Amino acid sequence: MTFHWMQLVYALVSLFIVLNVGLIIQGIVRKIGARLGRRHGIRWYQLYLDLFKNYAMRSAVSHGIMFYLGPVFRLSGGIGLFLFMPVIYGSVWFQNFSGSGDLILLTYFIFFGTLGMALGAGESGHPYSAIGITRGLSQTTAAEIPLILAIIAIAVQYQTLSVTDIVAAQQGGILNWTLFTNPLATIAALLGFLGSMMRSPFDVVMAPQEIPVGPPTEFHSNFLAVLQTNRAIFPMAKTILYVNLFFGGATNWPVLIIKVFLLYMWPVFIGVAFPRFRVDQSIRWFLRIPTLIGILAILFI
Amino acid sequence: MSNDDLKKRRVIGPDGIEFEVNPMEDYFCTERPHPESPANRILEKFFNWARSESVWILGYGTGCGAIEMRPLMTPRFDAYRFGIQWRPTPRQANLLMVSGYLSVKTLKRVIRSYEQMQNPKFVMALGSCTINGGMYWDSYNTINRLDHYLPVDVYVAGCMPRPESILAGLEELKKRIRAGKGEGANAYIENLDWYKANQKKIIKDWDMPDYNW
Repeated sequence: MTFHWMQLVYALVSLFIVLNVGLIIQGIVRKIGARLGRRHGIRWYQLYLDLFKNYAMRSAVSHGIMFYLGPVFRLSGGIGLFLFMPVIYGSVWFQNFSGSGDLILLTYFIFFGTLGMALGAGESGHPYSAIGITRGLSQTTAAEIPLILAIIAIAVQYQTLSVTDIVAAQQGGILNWTLFTNPLATIAALLGFLGSMMRSPFDVVMAPQEIPVGPPTEFHSNFLAVLQTNRAIFPMAKTILYVNLFFGGATNWPVLIIKVFLLYMWPVFIGVAFPRFRVDQSIRWFLRIPTLIGILAILFI
Repeated sequence: MSNDDLKKRRVIGPDGIEFEVNPMEDYFCTERPHPESPANRILEKFFNWARSESVWILGYGTGCGAIEMRPLMTPRFDAYRFGIQWRPTPRQANLLMVSGYLSVKTLKRVIRSYEQMQNPKFVMALGSCTINGGMYWDSYNTINRLDHYLPVDVYVAGCMPRPESILAGLEELKKRIRAGKGEGANAYIENLDWYKANQKKIIKDWDMPDYNW
């Protein structure tokens, strides 16, 4: 695939759109959660204000180079994941650089941010950061296993690692979706999905009541703002990846946003219904049924 | 930690090598802070609006005031709808809410927490204890007027102030921030010597650097 400079502009436009979609969806989800708890809750645009506020802080204390790079790595993990997959199938504008990377690269990007944060949080010297990131890494590793098994399953099924080709193979009707052609892989991946969305029962990493905010304890001002930007982009990028792999992709923005919103609600529903796991419990949970389903998915293609 | 632990001394490490330890230099940053100038006028107006609508509280729950914060953050009064949220770490918070009398011992902690917050930061003091000592005004162990030790933006009177009055106080704080008057952090740094002299008058066992970064 040849590179055109206009692709860069297209990629920035789609990045901008997905940042806004991420902020708004998360605001709305928090609003829904609050209304269910019979509160008014935050305003739907509150996340924008928090972001502006944190970027506008005048001072910041750095603990060294890795501390500085931690949020940068985290954000590049989110942006990288987003940029190397097609957002809208068949659209010239929103193809991003999907021809340049494959599924293996994307799975690497999913993990990349957490690793970067581990280095950054470690250098902050705060014990809560270190505990938080240790928990985060262990849990993410366990949650990746069902996802990777599912990805192997669909790679074997479609005989390709290119996300664009996988989306192309699912076009032409709802029954062509991986959800129906390979339900076991979809279930395994969806269970793994729960582990990386930072929602209950897998949110002990960031749990404000147990260890104050976990890895980002020492991150503030602009550092925190970069992390917040990533928290808008990364869950959206991950959800779009799932839509591409298992739910037939999308050929226009409204369809994409509806699918993303519905898929985003899946960990939210689980989150409001189930209490929090400890890390050892969540690792055991991921290594049992989801992993088993993942292995079955590979066996029964 | 006592003051002796902070003195410069020679120690023998576990591998038998003797080396010099100077805790004040090794463990703390002893640099003096400097005021941070605001951005240009138009940008600052926008920033101030964002700051006023996104107030992150570090609750310093001393005295009886902390009990009034719970209804404030739960469904009954629900301060979240006004853009007010609680953060568990001073690094990320903008507003230090001192919720009652401060004893000599807690004053030290409140100063440390305040100094770790980032510029711009605001202080809200609840109850008559922070205004003039309240019912503890002649106590041997509490300070009377918080204003002498930290730059307070808004006082909320009462013993204790109910959540409604705290909400009113927060609205007042928002007005101050929007008007560009929330410069307590810079005022504190500009008058650091005066504040430090006042603080050291109360805190006898001063075992920390002059400014806790």
